[in-house]
Amino acid sequence: MLPLQTKAKIIANKKIKERYWHLELESTLLARSAEPGQFINIKVSAGLEPLLRRPISIHKTSGKKVKLFYEALGVGTQVLSSRQPGELLDIIGPLGNGFKYRHLVKATGTSGKHQSIIIAGGMGVAPLVFLAEKIRPKKPLVLIGAKTKQCVLCADDFRALGCKVSIATDDGSQGFKGTVADLLKNVLGQQDSAELFSCGPHRMLKAVAEIAREKQIPLQCSLEEHMSCGFGACLGCVVATKSGYQRVCQEGPVFPAEELIW
Amino acid sequence: MVKKAQPDLSVTLGNVKLANPVMVASGTFGYAEEFKGFMPLKKLGAVVTKTITVLPRQGNQAPRTCETPAGMLNSIGLENPGIDKFIKEKLGFLEKLRVPIIVSIAAEHDPAEFFVLAKRLDAISAISAIELNISCPNLHKNKLISQDSQETFQLVSSVRKLTNKCLITKLSPNVTAISEIALAAQNAGSDAVSLVNTLTGMSIDVHKRAPKLGSWVGGLSGPAIRPVAVRMVWEAYRKIKIPIIGMGGIIDTASALEFFIAGAAAVSVGTANFINPKVTLEIIAGLKQYMAQHDIRSLSDLTGSLKACKD
Repeated sequence: MLPLQTKAKIIANKKIKERYWHLELESTLLARSAEPGQFINIKVSAGLEPLLRRPISIHKTSGKKVKLFYEALGVGTQVLSSRQPGELLDIIGPLGNGFKYRHLVKATGTSGKHQSIIIAGGMGVAPLVFLAEKIRPKKPLVLIGAKTKQCVLCADDFRALGCKVSIATDDGSQGFKGTVADLLKNVLGQQDSAELFSCGPHRMLKAVAEIAREKQIPLQCSLEEHMSCGFGACLGCVVATKSGYQRVCQEGPVFPAEELIW
Repeated sequence: MVKKAQPDLSVTLGNVKLANPVMVASGTFGYAEEFKGFMPLKKLGAVVTKTITVLPRQGNQAPRTCETPAGMLNSIGLENPGIDKFIKEKLGFLEKLRVPIIVSIAAEHDPAEFFVLAKRLDAISAISAIELNISCPNLHKNKLISQDSQETFQLVSSVRKLTNKCLITKLSPNVTAISEIALAAQNAGSDAVSLVNTLTGMSIDVHKRAPKLGSWVGGLSGPAIRPVAVRMVWEAYRKIKIPIIGMGGIIDTASALEFFIAGAAAVSVGTANFINPKVTLEIIAGLKQYMAQHDIRSLSDLTGSLKACKD
């Protein structure tokens, strides 16, 4: 589907903890067509501050609702957090190429030997909950990395989808002490074959990609980059790949790890 | 009551007639296909392509853009597929739009590249005009052609000899006296000038004490530069006779009107395309409404209609 520019009604915009917010928008078309890993680009205010749209990944969809999960960190997301239910938001979406997962859903038989593993770091959980929902019949294993116990996000959302969740914290305050990449190494030791899906900080993705390369297992990574348009026109959000620079907003944000130059 | 005639929005640049004066600025509209889902492209006054070079260019390292107060910096670095691939893969879509196609061109190393490009484009009937981008700030050059009247004159007159197509020269605002450069372009045979390209700028991440752009400096665009651009259009208008295409921070009808009143015959919308991909349509409608309201029958009556302040 071509991306649409539309005005979507805010159903809810709630702080769930600290600086983390849930935003629910009404858009049947978007809810029906969005795929995990895709994003929408939001004009958070009508004025010049901020000037550019803010790309935010799709967290969940249901019926006519699209749910976003965001961290109110910079000017744009702070303005977004001040927007009220009932107001209209100028959005463009769905944008980008999401995770490729249909082969998993189509495959029949038990998935015991071929394990889907979702690896999330920090806010990287946001699009991965949507992915977990799509591949839940395959019972994906979810690894969440965070600095501390307080920073672990969405663990309950994954559990509610029937996923087994393992947590890694830098300080050991919850679950495995260390990085989520180290946790992944341990987990992979017990697997015959696996397929990985990841989103999170660059450093984490790089470490996960290195493991995937060593073990020769497929990995799809969702990347983040500054975007000016979000629909392929400005050429601002490029990432270096084996076939030259590619646009995170258009060819991505999800890329096969082996195509990227880390 | 007598029904008023629709205002005439058409404008002529060299030998090209535009149905309306609202164009898109090079580099902010890709090759138009990127916008096909957002608006009927045939409504545009003209499409100006992303700048084409002789050979493909992969552009500068990331990060290539950053937001600034009421604006943005970019250091894309003229990423483009090169003239061969442009003709093979991008022109087909543009040809079908039935709006004037203006191809922006630049030289990477040697001004002679302009001649190669102009000759190739001259042979293609679907192309209405050529815009000479002698003002890109992202090629890591110490000096731009458009920062020197003499060099501007030489380059434009050399290209002029190679083509009868409408020739537009895009100038840099990073100069002391824009009207002198604009005059040099006119005297060399340019049919119009585009005023202005981006202003060079820099933004710093104070936590990292590092530049926000991978190329350190880039071109500033958006509403932040509009007063500078309007002033330059006004200065050039008083010195030259060829049409001026005004640009720099146009985001709505009011900001487009500033340029017309200052002396622009046409305008280009740039950064605003990224934010509202159908903003050009809104501006075309807004212009029509403004002209009807103020009983301005023809666009030429609006161009340069600035009045002196009266107490």
